[in-house]
Amino acid sequence: MRFIHSGSTRRRAAFAALATSAALVLSACGGGAATEGGGAGADGEQTITFIPKQLNNPYTDVVLGGGEDGATEAGFASSEVVGPLDASASSQVSFINAETQRGTNVIVIAANDPDAVGPALEEARTAGAKIVAFDSDTNPDYRDLFVSQVNAKDVALIQLELISKQIGGEGEIAILSATANATNQNEWIKFMEEELAANPEYADIKLVAKVYGDDDDTKSFQEAQGLLQAYPNLKGIISPTTVGIAATARYLSTSEYKGKVALTGLGLPNEMRPFVEDGTVTEFALWDPAQLGYVAAFAGKALADGSITGEVGDTFEAGELGEREVAEGGIVLVGPPTVFTKENIGDYDF
Amino acid sequence: MSLDGTVGAAPAHPTAPHSRPSALANLLRLRELPVILALVVLVAVTAALNPLFLSEQGIKDLLLNATILMILAVGQTLVIITRNIDLSVGSILGLVAFGTGSIFVAAPNLPIIAVFVLGMLFGAVLGALNGLLITIAKVPALVITLGTLYIFRGVNNAWAGGTQYFAGDRPEAFGNLSVDTVLGFPVITLIAVVVVAIVAVYMLGTRPGRDLYAIGSDPDAARLFGIPVTRRVLLAFVVNGLLAGLAGVLYASRFNSVGATTGSGLELDVVAAAVVGGVAIFGGSGTVVGAAIGALLLTTITSALTALRVDKFWQQAIVGILILAAVVIDRLASVRAARKLRMLEARNV
Repeated sequence: MRFIHSGSTRRRAAFAALATSAALVLSACGGGAATEGGGAGADGEQTITFIPKQLNNPYTDVVLGGGEDGATEAGFASSEVVGPLDASASSQVSFINAETQRGTNVIVIAANDPDAVGPALEEARTAGAKIVAFDSDTNPDYRDLFVSQVNAKDVALIQLELISKQIGGEGEIAILSATANATNQNEWIKFMEEELAANPEYADIKLVAKVYGDDDDTKSFQEAQGLLQAYPNLKGIISPTTVGIAATARYLSTSEYKGKVALTGLGLPNEMRPFVEDGTVTEFALWDPAQLGYVAAFAGKALADGSITGEVGDTFEAGELGEREVAEGGIVLVGPPTVFTKENIGDYDF
Repeated sequence: MSLDGTVGAAPAHPTAPHSRPSALANLLRLRELPVILALVVLVAVTAALNPLFLSEQGIKDLLLNATILMILAVGQTLVIITRNIDLSVGSILGLVAFGTGSIFVAAPNLPIIAVFVLGMLFGAVLGALNGLLITIAKVPALVITLGTLYIFRGVNNAWAGGTQYFAGDRPEAFGNLSVDTVLGFPVITLIAVVVVAIVAVYMLGTRPGRDLYAIGSDPDAARLFGIPVTRRVLLAFVVNGLLAGLAGVLYASRFNSVGATTGSGLELDVVAAAVVGGVAIFGGSGTVVGAAIGALLLTTITSALTALRVDKFWQQAIVGILILAAVVIDRLASVRAARKLRMLEARNV
């Protein structure tokens, strides 16, 4: 390819190098992090770092807000949030490595891929860090505890209950998920499939498709569109992801399918409010995301203090939320999911 | 470089009296023909297998899906024709889309038309920045716009943070632009069609429009010929930015949320649309109409594969094959045209 220019080759090369390095620096900054609090504590003061799936995600922001509150209350000297801007499998590794080098005491992570982060977390543990997974689990070998929003099965079941109620207990349904390898999504979907097969109440409900919108607004939108075209008899859609349910709701509310095709799943009240008000969506569910981060911070503190080791039956105080117990598989539950309807959605602001 | 329907005004082919091309021959030589044929076949096959594909809602969805990419492809074509490229359009769209969301929150009573003007001006400023860096610093557009891709995205991330604005934050009339139809066409699609028509006429019928082709065909010759190359290239980037701005405003009308990552990765779809639509990546040939149809083809493929329940993961491979096919067809056409010209000249001498 030839371009229009007449400058000397050297000057051109210098410009190119400058532009490239500027781009690199900027993208590095962009891919970097919002840093809060001081540096890593080398003097016995404990530090905690949260690594979400991706920064600048509204749901994650609520989780992290709760996490920072929890970290302060639990008595960490400093808490930080670092993480990638894209939710790809390997994007978290470099952030974990950096935390290991800084000697951070507790790393709280929502894994984009259960195994991709494994070796990096192993290294961090060898260096003395405690690993708390939250939101989306890593492979259990790589962490001390997993703080789960709610029992995965409960989340799956409540969504099935809602859709079954909305479509009158029979008909074709589809699932619009996030990425094809998201741990939490796949676990919920697995429980939904098992329940559909096992529970006679759902005998007339047929799951016809699972599609993936990659937690991208545009992609989810088109996937929703495609579902309705490919399955003319579709009665309902379950979208267990906040981006997916909002994008689908937007499509339904602007198309002829509004009010005819039911939609439920996991959504943020603030994002879903207009669609509940205009009747596109009648009910959806979610837990309080702030509590997730809050409990994770206290779990990290208990691990770092050595008061628990992550064994089944270990208990710790999670601030104002009271005592929490470690269940089978090193899992700590936060609470039951909440169902949002036209009546109660006004009471929530996240 | 292919020679048909490009450089110079209307009579691009020196035609000997005995070989006056018929209307059919002209049609067959149309650069856009392969992409139009592909689109027709695709739609026909899909509709035969799934009649819902061409239902009223189905057609509306197809047009809506293509709208934003179409506008971006038109702008990109102007830039590519001058033998440049703009990789920052996805980031420009993102900034303007988030800006649109912010404006409506800050000033809910601002007339919608004013928001369009502001969005397009914002895009034009960003486009001008690209254009100035390229023409003044004389650095290849590929490098400059790769840089501004990250810079604009970085600014968007810093500006938006975790904030997202939703359809509910914007006036209903604004969102309805993507819902209401006139004669079956969604309003925002009509806007895109008008854009395509205006730019197409400009490229075919005006001096500056023809200049862009000349610049892309041979920059040095264009300069010698007295064409204000710098000014024209700058113009192409400004118009491209302006159109990316328009696309950003329309994005905010159509989709639910605008935030830090809006429009990420769109630039490659845009370049793909232009190339598939017969715009030569090395400049000098191609039309905005072709690029617009290329955009329609790419978005229709996505919808068709979903409507036919084909595995999503095949889609990208198919787009790749189309790009390669477009390049091969272009190459064959230009070789044939060059040989024909040579023979004609030999006969005339």
